[in-house]
Amino acid sequence: MRDLKEDFARHISSEFNEELEELCTDLMKMGGLAERQVRLAVECQEQYDSALVEEIRSAENSVNAWEIRIDELVASVIARRQPTASDLRLVLAVSKIVRDLERAGDEATKVALMAQQAHESGRTSTVGLVEVRAIGGQVIRLLGDSLTAFARLDVDMALDIARRDKEVDRIYQSALRSLATFMIEDPREIGHVLNVMWVLRALERVGDHATNVAEHVIYLVKGTDVRHLSVTNVEETLKNI
Amino acid sequence: MEATMTETATAGKNQKMEDRLIPEKTIGEVHVDDARMTAQGVNVYYGDKCAIDNVTLDIGVGQVISFIGPSGCGKSTFLRCLNRMNDTIDICRVEGEIKIDEDDIYDPRIDVVSLRARVGMVFQKPNPFPKSIYDNIAYGPRIHGLARNKVELDEIVELSLTRAGLWQEVKDRLDQPGTGLSGGQQQRLCIARAIAVSPEVILMDEPCSALDPIATAKVEELMHELREQYTIVIVTHSMQQAARVSDRTAYFHLGTLVEVGETKQIFTNPVHELTQDYITGRFG
Repeated sequence: MRDLKEDFARHISSEFNEELEELCTDLMKMGGLAERQVRLAVECQEQYDSALVEEIRSAENSVNAWEIRIDELVASVIARRQPTASDLRLVLAVSKIVRDLERAGDEATKVALMAQQAHESGRTSTVGLVEVRAIGGQVIRLLGDSLTAFARLDVDMALDIARRDKEVDRIYQSALRSLATFMIEDPREIGHVLNVMWVLRALERVGDHATNVAEHVIYLVKGTDVRHLSVTNVEETLKNI
Repeated sequence: MEATMTETATAGKNQKMEDRLIPEKTIGEVHVDDARMTAQGVNVYYGDKCAIDNVTLDIGVGQVISFIGPSGCGKSTFLRCLNRMNDTIDICRVEGEIKIDEDDIYDPRIDVVSLRARVGMVFQKPNPFPKSIYDNIAYGPRIHGLARNKVELDEIVELSLTRAGLWQEVKDRLDQPGTGLSGGQQQRLCIARAIAVSPEVILMDEPCSALDPIATAKVEELMHELREQYTIVIVTHSMQQAARVSDRTAYFHLGTLVEVGETKQIFTNPVHELTQDYITGRFG
């Protein structure tokens, strides 16, 4: 099997090669920004800093601008090049990944704003911080790895992301249970704990977006749509290709 | 001089690499459940040169199938085998078996004129007879004795022109020469002429390459409507046309049928590298 990545640069039209290259480079830039947004948001939860919130907002604006720019490029490639086969899959995958990255960025902004609200209302507490740190760390790596899987067109890595996201889901469920117990034990903390739950929920969603990116990578490389399948089913499907 | 030699050597190497890439067996399902025509182990030679190498392919009832591939890949040669158009080339020799509805079309007892009524053909350049629009259509039914009288012949002419989407445009000038129509109209006239003899299969050899986009769209729309009644085989250099009009697509390369499949699959997830390279416009 030929290297798909090298393949994207083998068109007779060098301009077409450049356009696809540009799509990939732009997507990686956007992904880097979205990943940074999530990282800063988790930092903000650990140690509130209003400058960080500003930075996250500014990153959010950039991510949104990238989303529009990349979508325009996608529309232009479709209109002018009528891509087929792996080119078509690349363009479709990029268009979908862009959406997931933008949403991951939105979740990061939510996390940062909740830190800001907590800070401004003076309801600071370390309850749930361990969980935020644990899930936050995991999903930041997932998002980063999903971008690496895209850059390398690495199906194994993409599969591993789907597996690791299941683990994040388990940690998230278990965190919810322990936080619920905490609320029962100390009702004065209910307001704060609910906030933590929202933060965890947002971070868990970032993991889902990273998994979506990984699924788009599998579609791009293998031509098989593996959305809404369990990890075992995905593995089984890929074995049969 | 040195540079030229190096280039030649490189070209030779690439050629060999490409040869190695050609699969021994066609990828994809060559057979269909409801076949109108079947080709089994077809080889075509022009003198000593093998132009088609062991092609097996079914053509399904009520289907549009596209043959695509680079120039000289044998797609037109194979298309022309399907109604024995290659018989007109002296040095051309066809081996293997091609059947329409279980009749072997290369059986010496078969009447080639009747075969070409069953398997009609539309060419790259519209080629109406230098006769009136009416006579262009009426010619086939007359020689095949499909109409008993003038009324029946009129009916066939009207029906054929209507099916070809041309009736409204020409009904008031049926006595005028077919060659006076626009290129797109002439091509639809040729399609009407082909369907006037009630063929089972219509072969189209790059039917739109001499037409503008609007005339092309009309011919493509016509193909879409005609597929209900006829099986259509089209050779096209336009990948997008193949993607738009056909149910199945067959990719030929250096005389071999490399891959055949549902058009959707071929254009989103082709199996073979050569198919992928061709449809995406890459170097071989």
